[in-house]
Amino acid sequence: MTLTVLRPGPLALLQDGGRHGHAADGVGRAGAADRASHARANALLGNDPGAVAIEVTLGGLVVRADADLTVAVTGAPAPAEIDGDPAAHDTAIALRRGQTLRLRAPKVGLRSYLAVAGGLDVPLVLGSASTDTLSGLGPAPLGKDHVLTIGTGGSAPAARLPSATALGEPETTLRVLFGPRQDWFTDPTALTAGRWRVSPQSNRVGVRLDRPDPDSPDLSRAGDAEIPSEGIVLGAIQVPPSGQPVLFLADHPLTGGYPVVAVVLDEDIDQAAQLRPGQHLRFASV
Amino acid sequence: MSRPRLRPAGDRGLLLETGDPQTTVGVCAALRQADRPEIEDLIPAAATVLVRVARGTDLTDLGNWLLATAAAAVTVGSTTADRTPAGPGTGELLIPVRYDGPDLTDVAAATGLSPAQVIAAHTGTPWQAAFVGFAPGFAYLIGGDPRLAVPRRAQSRTEVPAGSVALAGEYSAVYPRRSPGGWQLIGTTEVTLWDQAADPPAAIQPGRWVRFVNEEDRS
Repeated sequence: MTLTVLRPGPLALLQDGGRHGHAADGVGRAGAADRASHARANALLGNDPGAVAIEVTLGGLVVRADADLTVAVTGAPAPAEIDGDPAAHDTAIALRRGQTLRLRAPKVGLRSYLAVAGGLDVPLVLGSASTDTLSGLGPAPLGKDHVLTIGTGGSAPAARLPSATALGEPETTLRVLFGPRQDWFTDPTALTAGRWRVSPQSNRVGVRLDRPDPDSPDLSRAGDAEIPSEGIVLGAIQVPPSGQPVLFLADHPLTGGYPVVAVVLDEDIDQAAQLRPGQHLRFASV
Repeated sequence: MSRPRLRPAGDRGLLLETGDPQTTVGVCAALRQADRPEIEDLIPAAATVLVRVARGTDLTDLGNWLLATAAAAVTVGSTTADRTPAGPGTGELLIPVRYDGPDLTDVAAATGLSPAQVIAAHTGTPWQAAFVGFAPGFAYLIGGDPRLAVPRRAQSRTEVPAGSVALAGEYSAVYPRRSPGGWQLIGTTEVTLWDQAADPPAAIQPGRWVRFVNEEDRS
């Protein structure tokens, strides 16, 4: 059983639960950027929560079923059409042999997850089928005429679904813990004062931020000294000399040489992964 | 060596300050040996070890344990670190090098040594991997002859071939895959240091000892 990619859209990647346990090899985790939405798509179909699914950025993906399949789309609500007829978001839907599923650009959120019952059977690299856009490990981004083999995993839909990632609020607030390097800033609380805006240069490595309001306080560094590179956690907010922070997502480097002012709570990472270019957000200290 | 300190790193991590790469190696070895189930990953670096933990870990408890374990490792010191193999892929790795790097004469000029003396210094001491970073399998080797400390190149190269043997700061390294890079290239090796089909894929893991050998001396 296979699924054929007719059009990949702006960016369609194979993602699973990530590449774990390879920090000593200098290899990051990658994996779905919005972990809850990825796990939810799989859970709706009875797949293992870490099964391989397609991470679709800003819609645009068109696939054709080469057999009768059951699929689910979660995360950013990209309007789905099966042979031109609207199909439901966030639930299991039937895709008959020969039918085409098209995802249009979502009005809110950034990343949608298309899972197939049984999962996708993709060769593993270091234990994972994830594409790591930073190191280049894992499969290439999906392209036209890419044929994906359907796996045989999974059984009954999960009794408890991972909750859906909150989307579409006009202004997202992400909770942070200050540190490890808040003392490198003249006023680290500038991070939690005023609004930030998602820059178009954002990607799976990180969300790049700038200030939409000219009177916002600067997140300026106390000195010009450089720290030796140090380990970086998912959700770390690193501040280069420009003062424009980067909030690190799934493909973040293992180490970085700029100070990290604060780290987004693990629970709020999925929301961060759904931020669209131009969207406003705030940080709140907990 | 100073006393290790702890800094917060979100709700899934703690950053342990070791102060220098030598202490990092000792602290990392002690933490690995303890094999705590809630620790998912250790990410050693020049002056820190980042500890990534499982969801729901009590960071206060773990932090106290980290400080105690790290302080004990510092007290014992790295003098007790031995170079006997502890398992497959952990013994001293011999790396035959052809010292034909494009920056060898620049390194000689910067250090005040002759190219032959640079080679003798590079092969004269064992090196140890303190941490990995920059790229998959790229290990920062420490413990070399202090005369070899050189700055990075003023202009980094857009492409450095796999197997390039390099110096920068107090470190030596071998580029495991082709990549951009700004280190001073002094030689080339045929040894494969990155094989994604192998387990582990990186031949040089943190803590591993490495010795460079001049290929000309072997023939």
